[in-house]
Amino acid sequence: MERITIDPITRLEGHGKIEIFLNDEGDVANAYLQIPELRGFEQFSIGRPAEEMPRITNRICGVCPEAHHMAATKALDDLFDIEPNETVKKLRELFYSAFYVTDHTVHFYALGGPDFVLGPDADPAERNILGVIHKVGVDIGKQVIACRKRNHEVIAMLGGRGIHPVAGLPGGWSKAMTEEEREQIEGFAEENIDFAEFSLQLFHDLVLENEDYVNLVLSDTFTHQTYYMGTVDDDNLINFYDGLIRVVGPEGEELIKYPSKDYTEHIAERVEPWSYLKFPYLKSVGWKGFVDGKDSGVYCATPLSRLNAADGMATPKAQEHFEKFYETLGSKKVNGRYQPVHHRLATHWARLIELLYAAERMLELAQDPVITNQDVRPVVTSTPTEGVGSVEAPRGTLTHHYTTDENGILTDVNLVVGTTNNYAPIAMSVKKAAQGLIKGGEVSQGLLNQVEMAFRNYDPCMSCATHSLPGQMPLEVKIHDADGNLVETRQQYID
Amino acid sequence: MTENGKPKLAMYWASSCGGCEISVLNIHENILAVDEIFDLAFFPCIADFKVSDVEGYPDNYIDVCLFNGAIRNSENEHMAQLLRQKSKVMVAYGACSHVGSIPALSNLTSREATLKKVFLDNPSLDNPHEVLPQTSVHTPEGELTLPEFYHTVKKLDQVVDVDYYLPGCPPEPPQIWAVLQVVAGALTQGDPLPPAGSVVGAGNSAVCDECDRVKHEKAIDRFYRPYEIQPDPEQCLLEQGIMCMGLATRSGCGALCPTVGMGCRGCYGPPAGVEDQGAKMLSAVASVIAAGDETMEEDELETLIQEAVDTIADPSGTFYRFSMSHSILQRVKDANGKGAA
Repeated sequence: MERITIDPITRLEGHGKIEIFLNDEGDVANAYLQIPELRGFEQFSIGRPAEEMPRITNRICGVCPEAHHMAATKALDDLFDIEPNETVKKLRELFYSAFYVTDHTVHFYALGGPDFVLGPDADPAERNILGVIHKVGVDIGKQVIACRKRNHEVIAMLGGRGIHPVAGLPGGWSKAMTEEEREQIEGFAEENIDFAEFSLQLFHDLVLENEDYVNLVLSDTFTHQTYYMGTVDDDNLINFYDGLIRVVGPEGEELIKYPSKDYTEHIAERVEPWSYLKFPYLKSVGWKGFVDGKDSGVYCATPLSRLNAADGMATPKAQEHFEKFYETLGSKKVNGRYQPVHHRLATHWARLIELLYAAERMLELAQDPVITNQDVRPVVTSTPTEGVGSVEAPRGTLTHHYTTDENGILTDVNLVVGTTNNYAPIAMSVKKAAQGLIKGGEVSQGLLNQVEMAFRNYDPCMSCATHSLPGQMPLEVKIHDADGNLVETRQQYID
Repeated sequence: MTENGKPKLAMYWASSCGGCEISVLNIHENILAVDEIFDLAFFPCIADFKVSDVEGYPDNYIDVCLFNGAIRNSENEHMAQLLRQKSKVMVAYGACSHVGSIPALSNLTSREATLKKVFLDNPSLDNPHEVLPQTSVHTPEGELTLPEFYHTVKKLDQVVDVDYYLPGCPPEPPQIWAVLQVVAGALTQGDPLPPAGSVVGAGNSAVCDECDRVKHEKAIDRFYRPYEIQPDPEQCLLEQGIMCMGLATRSGCGALCPTVGMGCRGCYGPPAGVEDQGAKMLSAVASVIAAGDETMEEDELETLIQEAVDTIADPSGTFYRFSMSHSILQRVKDANGKGAA
């Protein structure tokens, strides 16, 4: 029996590993995605003051520290039972919108986009952000850099630091906004909208106009029918900062909608002895293994799943693109809402629609008259006990759950993070890509690229998922013959 | 890779969050200049180089390696040794490799407690058979293996020699760009490099020296949690009883956190000449506590000071928030006084 090991250079550094086993016919018998590391934030946070969590847990991930900062801050609201005032909520959401713009920009242009901009078969040496700039031109590259720059400026302005912000407090925010800052952010938001529309046009021209890419997006290799999770507002429209968590089934029917504090009623996490990362699933459906369909509790929490779980977008331009997305991909409306799109590579498109929404939302908030109120830091006197907070991280619903003693010293911490939600679907996508490519023992030269693409659309952040890994996943594919001899080694970094 | 005479730059993450890589990207348009000055030799975050490439390089092939992340397991250590061997200049980049940073808070607990908490004892688990990840598992198809992680989180210079330290969680972009320019000048024009072992990209004094908040000789009788008080916008936070590590932390960030009304947590590590950041902070705290007056008896004074100290939440996890690996203690020992590895 032949075995293929897709191994992050891990034996050297340990960041993630795929084991593919072939049967006697040389077809894929099974594939395992292993996560070999653990940092243990849930344990070493115990004993710390709860109010430090926004500044401790952002170190789970330097790519999306704002998401952990915000989930932690919202968990503190609940822990201390204090409802933030309107200004605090909007200030936080404004900060969070700027973060979404920069984060989704990075993924499209530097991480996921190169596969489309340069093509899945491009030279790996060119398949990076510099290659993208060479292809689309330095002017566009400079626009990407400028977009990151202005939004990180907003993050630093409102959060105190450009990476690992510090401003979150129970019921509050440590810094109010000045009118000068507001005006500047308003201008940035307008530029962001232009940039998002430009990016959607680029996607249209490069991908949707290219028949090969469209066929790839629609191919069965990159399709899974699962449940979809996302946070929605009172009108069932996408919201990243706050709302109820909604889960819809493969045919679009609503399964559950719940406040994050009820997460343990709906989500459970399985442990497998071969990975340090747990597998969440929907309790009411049950764990049926790594399989698709209505009877399997596997769910997905990504830009695609947020679109699928919502009835629409809360801003006008994003809504137009939302409709175009479903119409183009052949989704039909049932009971007034589009049926889910199951093509995983469409996640890239969904991400750009979210980019436009974040930019539009940022402008709305920057123009809101309450945003510059100075009353943002309440004195909190309540006795803390237990609190749960969640946000939509770019890579999925992120939940922080804290329990403390009466002095607010943590006695228990549980974190269900963005990418962890997607562990089972990512594992399934990897297996399906392997099955699609490996037939009769022939390992296609395209295997690595295709496996990467099966991963990449989820924008997996193993740093978040394991509270241990960096945002990039270096892979090494080792192919062994039936006697266990190493035949070939190929390596690649995938993010 | 083409041999064009440009200096070779590497950046690698061990047990890290990726924020150090993002901090480099946050030099924004200057990243294009870095691309012009340097040839990337290894940079998993943004380029597709392989470890086998690194293994194939001759010793000292890489001119500068920016190594971030703590040493959490044997693979982190192996990569540190490999990159040390291949690099002329090894920079401990960011707080994890400099002093241990947040991951080193693990040194206040144990490997066993961590596994128990994550896999056996939390509210969303479905693990009735108490399955724990195993270093070797036999599946129907074959064996699957996982590495083991260390009991103690180490900083980079506890496993390899380090030439320079670039502090911060993460380092601030203007400091990063300044350091890269110095390095580029040394490599391309023969400009002098700082003495080996130097801390670069930071000041030598304390964060307080770059903080605009007004300092008085005001003594305090208790500490406040950051949500218990609305701090005066102008006055020193520590003097208002809000824990701020500025006195015990190296300058270089520009006092970002105190500027937005939050106390410094010490991510730049101890100031020049200070070995143990937590011990330094303890003496700083003692100096701001109201010492009573001459009419007080000694036991009365002691009570006063003890009462003030008792209002500090989690002193060990606060004073060593970022520097546990760098502390004299390094980790909490077990009953037998053992704790290493």
